[in-house]
Amino acid sequence: MDFVTFFALAIPLVVIAIMVIAHPSPVYSALFLVLTLFLLAVYFLFLDAHVVAALQIIVYAGAIMVLFLFVIMLLNLQSDTQPTPRHGLGRAAIIGGVILVAELGLLLQRSSSEQAESSLPENFGTVEALGSQLFTTYLLPFEITGILLLVAVVGAVVLAKR
Amino acid sequence: MIDFLITFSLTLLVVLMVLNLGGLLLWVERKGSAVLQDRIGANRAAVFGKLPFNLGIVNTLVADPIKLFTKEDFVPAGADKLLHTLAPAIGLVPLLVTFIVIPFGDVLIIGGREISLQAANLNIGILYVLAMVSLSVYGVVLGGWASNNRWALLGGIRGSAQMISYEIPLGLALIGVVLTFGSLDLQEITRAQGALIGGWIPAWGIVYQPVAFLIFLAAGIAESKRIPFDLPEAESELIAGYFTEYSGAKQAMFMLGDFVEAIIVAGLITTLFFGGWQVPFLLRDGFHFPWGGSLALPSLLVTLLQVGSFTLKVLFFCWLQIMIRWTLPRFRYDQLISLGWKIILPLALANVMLTALIILLFE
Repeated sequence: MDFVTFFALAIPLVVIAIMVIAHPSPVYSALFLVLTLFLLAVYFLFLDAHVVAALQIIVYAGAIMVLFLFVIMLLNLQSDTQPTPRHGLGRAAIIGGVILVAELGLLLQRSSSEQAESSLPENFGTVEALGSQLFTTYLLPFEITGILLLVAVVGAVVLAKR
Repeated sequence: MIDFLITFSLTLLVVLMVLNLGGLLLWVERKGSAVLQDRIGANRAAVFGKLPFNLGIVNTLVADPIKLFTKEDFVPAGADKLLHTLAPAIGLVPLLVTFIVIPFGDVLIIGGREISLQAANLNIGILYVLAMVSLSVYGVVLGGWASNNRWALLGGIRGSAQMISYEIPLGLALIGVVLTFGSLDLQEITRAQGALIGGWIPAWGIVYQPVAFLIFLAAGIAESKRIPFDLPEAESELIAGYFTEYSGAKQAMFMLGDFVEAIIVAGLITTLFFGGWQVPFLLRDGFHFPWGGSLALPSLLVTLLQVGSFTLKVLFFCWLQIMIRWTLPRFRYDQLISLGWKIILPLALANVMLTALIILLFE
């Protein structure tokens, strides 16, 4: 991914991501989030991760965000006019943000971009490669995620039955 | 450069074919519904004189579009203008680009160059289809919300719940097929269906996955919001549902979107379950019959036969969907949701488990 492509995608992506929290209307916020996720999928495409890009759109943009919109419309949420009470959330957010930026900086220092590009295997990003990685190297995390999702589904059903 | 031109012209061809077939389906629906209900149907604007009866081609394919595109484009008071205008496009565009991964022939050989008759050969084929179809839900949801009309909002909400519910069995039915053929690439799946079981029966998806076919058909019709699953527009309950407040060209886009979705469902059913462009016993160099005997054919004729076979199958499944639409009554909303979650979803899950078990035991 070259310099120009990166920034041609990154600048709109960041602007749209800011619009998610800056826009007063909840429906528009959700739509900006959809757009953010869509642009992220485009990023994955440029990085040769085609499966991840497709899953990003199917799961996040196509399913979860539709549910978000469904709930927003069902509750008929109007534009946010009252200021939200803070409870010191702002300070926590700033601290969290600083820690995140520091971590990203550390990661950036550790990996050089040339190394990452030269070490791409032949069938990187294909369904077959991703699948065999998931079911061999990352089997335990994969199964644990599965169990977590199952617990979430059971929990939702129990709560709904009350 | 020449590769780019080939891809460009294939993509253009596919999109134009889908658009034209969408128009044609409008006529088939008008006149076909009349045939099914023993009516005469569209019978005005008889430009070419009166045949035994007026076919209504001019009426539906010329007069109707002109009427739609010259109507006033009305945006209701209090509507969200931007989203109201964008919604039909958001609904239609993802559907139009879906068909490019569906192969409509094997290879076309021109001047020693082999052109695969598939506009985009993606490793993630089926996932791409699911991604694009799932994006088209936004057209329904936003159209319903932006109209500032209660009927439209109800239609939009119904649409989002219904399409999310039926996307899951749709995906699970596809998993059964993917397990059987071991690929997500639609061209490879179609090639695998050229084999013969026991030397006689074509190895089409329907033979291996009959349950997945029924699930896919039901979920596909639900995704394209047609009767018996047309709850989002249910004209006897919600006026016209999510496009109540639309007129003119925007409403035409919503209508076209429904037809394009029906064509996509037909194309996918053909490709996954009925051998795509395969003609039984036809290989690249001609027919090879199981009872001995063979018939050599030039490669151009083979390609034409394959494209013709694909087209005929797609047209048949479009006709089947229209016939279902004009035969069955509409579900009640709770019936629709409980059918999706309590019957079709467990059935689809069982199908995946059984398929995986059989593959594990016999291979």
